[in-house]
Amino acid sequence: MSILKNHSKLEKSATLLLITSLAVVTVGGIVEIAPLFYLQNTIEKVEGMRPYTPLELAGRDIYVREGCYACHSQMIRPFRDEVERYGHYSLAAESMYDHSFQWGSKRTGPDLARVGQRYSNEWHVQHLIEPRSVVPESVMPSYAFLKDKPLDVRLASINLTANRRVGVPYTEEMVANAAADMKAQANPDADSKALEARYPKVKVGNYDGNKEALTEMDALVAYLQMLGTLVDFSTYDETAGYR
Amino acid sequence: MRYGLGIILAGALCYLTLMGAAFAVDEPFRQHMWIAVFVLAIFTIILMRKTNFEPQAPVDESAYMDEPIRYGVIATVFWGVVGFLVGVFIAVQLAFPHLNFEPWLNFGRVRPLHTSAVIFAFGGNALIASSFYVVQRTCRARLFGGDLVWFVFWGYQFFIIMAGTGYLLGITQSREYAEPEWYVDMWLTIVWVAYLVVFMGTLLRRREPHIYVANWFYLSFIITIAMLHVINNLAMPASIVGSKSYSAFSGVQDAVTQWWYGHNAVAFFLTVPFLAMMYYFVPKQVDRPIYSYRLSIVHFWSIIFLYIWAGPHHLHYTAVPDWAQTLGMVFSIMLWMPSWGGMINGLMTLSGAWDKIRTDPIVRLMVAAMAFYGMATFEGPMLSIKSVNSLSHYTDWTIAHVHAGALGWNGMITFAAVYFLAPKLWGRDRLYSIRMVNWHFWLATLGIVLYASSMWVSGIMQGLMWREYDEQGFLVYSFAETVAAMHPYYVMRVSGGVFYLAGGLLMAWNVYQTIRGRVRKETPMGMVLPTHGTAMKPAQ
Repeated sequence: MSILKNHSKLEKSATLLLITSLAVVTVGGIVEIAPLFYLQNTIEKVEGMRPYTPLELAGRDIYVREGCYACHSQMIRPFRDEVERYGHYSLAAESMYDHSFQWGSKRTGPDLARVGQRYSNEWHVQHLIEPRSVVPESVMPSYAFLKDKPLDVRLASINLTANRRVGVPYTEEMVANAAADMKAQANPDADSKALEARYPKVKVGNYDGNKEALTEMDALVAYLQMLGTLVDFSTYDETAGYR
Repeated sequence: MRYGLGIILAGALCYLTLMGAAFAVDEPFRQHMWIAVFVLAIFTIILMRKTNFEPQAPVDESAYMDEPIRYGVIATVFWGVVGFLVGVFIAVQLAFPHLNFEPWLNFGRVRPLHTSAVIFAFGGNALIASSFYVVQRTCRARLFGGDLVWFVFWGYQFFIIMAGTGYLLGITQSREYAEPEWYVDMWLTIVWVAYLVVFMGTLLRRREPHIYVANWFYLSFIITIAMLHVINNLAMPASIVGSKSYSAFSGVQDAVTQWWYGHNAVAFFLTVPFLAMMYYFVPKQVDRPIYSYRLSIVHFWSIIFLYIWAGPHHLHYTAVPDWAQTLGMVFSIMLWMPSWGGMINGLMTLSGAWDKIRTDPIVRLMVAAMAFYGMATFEGPMLSIKSVNSLSHYTDWTIAHVHAGALGWNGMITFAAVYFLAPKLWGRDRLYSIRMVNWHFWLATLGIVLYASSMWVSGIMQGLMWREYDEQGFLVYSFAETVAAMHPYYVMRVSGGVFYLAGGLLMAWNVYQTIRGRVRKETPMGMVLPTHGTAMKPAQ
């Protein structure tokens, strides 16, 4: 065969082999990934999505730090059993501000895409301190150390800035007030008007039940409690979002 | 001055990391930098103690550079045992959750340590060492780059240490198989470019007109991993003296990029270069040429072209657009053909030498590896079919599939390569013990069978329990009940892992004794000992 005869050219030139093999492996990626950045119908239009508050973002960073994705997905598939168990199937728009995404690939524990507001703050704190005290069958590790670990407020503004640089629409005002917003969200006695104006639907609360300190437990529970709550599915119209 | 450049580089990096520790904005970064300072200081001091200012003997350019390969074989065995041990540990944690020791030894932090230790430390060292061995022999040329080869070896070990300790400190991107944070990624990029220079330079100075097929696979592995690693890890650090970074992409685009990377870590790290090992070590060990040269050409180009498309099958029924999912599925199914083409090319190389399975346990390891490769690459396309995936995704079935491939294919072909290399590199007539290789083979096989079958059962069972309805149309099981049902299988899995680890320890002992030059007195394989009292005497 003539093709095989010509192949000896590649076998005799390392440079040609390098370039050709690289060219061959780039095709699939270009065809599959590049269109996702400009096809508008990749991400549907929905009401309600907003960037994470500084406290929620800090909680998300803890979720990432602890490797929760190894056992928990955040992606509900459009099957009857999943929708009944976890709620409306996940929309692409719901992770549009997730750098990086945390959809996961394994459910050793349940999906968390809509865990927000399903349990009380107290339940979450108790569950994170000793999972088997509320779910006897659980194989989850204990995360009691979070309640003693003060949250690093100084990181709030630099983390928001970094997110802004990769395209999350944080305003200068949000960045400037990051540390204050972080504290305000965990303190029900504080004036939270400005926070609520910047982040619609934000839930304020003393998440870890400890009024004295702002801890990592506050942040993680605040994050878990907002998961999947931004889009209101009682009014969501699937067909209106098509683009 | 001997090691002059090494001392300067390691010392400078040590100083740089010390500055990192001094100005760190977050606590994990400070701790991580202190670990780097400590490791680099020890390394620098060792080099300084070994240095001298006498004129150095000229390097014999006609001889092969085998010393880094010896180090690589030792590193492979060492990291293999570490990776298997960590694997057993996290398997035990899933069966007995009280064995999580927060915060450093919680499952979520140790799990990436296991995956990185086996894929990048054990597998990576095996690939770097074997590629250096193979490229020199098949090109009849000394490795290009001189001390750059040592930089690749030690730089890669430093990457492993920084990645592994980082996970335990909580420094991770939580992107599967791409967990290391931005600064560790940048370090790996530098080491990887040096690796490409060494490999490519050696190819260019070859004294054979043709580039041997194994080298095509190694070359494609090196260049494609470079591309995947750089693009998937594009991220914005929050601070240049902090551990945290945010991915350049988000949501759907991020997911597809990550699984384009993730699946091709399987393809171009765990398949393509291990096929290179197959294409060199199998013909060598059985003393037969590769079955079909034409098939290896078709195999090579089709496998590298098709594999890169398969990523979206990790995202079936997610928020990724349907067209991308379906495209991923179609290419994954097509991938079955080149995969089996490669397996057939390897297995048929044994034509006329099949009897060696009986007498040579290294050949036994190779054949089992190729058989497991065939099984895993049949199961893979099957799991990529959307309707099958709807059951298997998120369950232990995926874990079973991965381990059939990793333990069976990657593990066994690597063990075979280590047993092939050890006596040759240290100039011994044979391994310390051939029978111990046979024991290793059976321990590993038993381990895989226990592991994969228990995870198949638990995975399919859990998938079915999640979607079980009663006659009134209600879900039958709560999630917690499905977790409880997994317990016996998680215990069984631990036993499988222990068998596999035991085999790894036998290998470590065998290689250690081989290096020391010991030879165990034993009956050769395949020879049947006469049973006492019934043996025929020659005169009868």
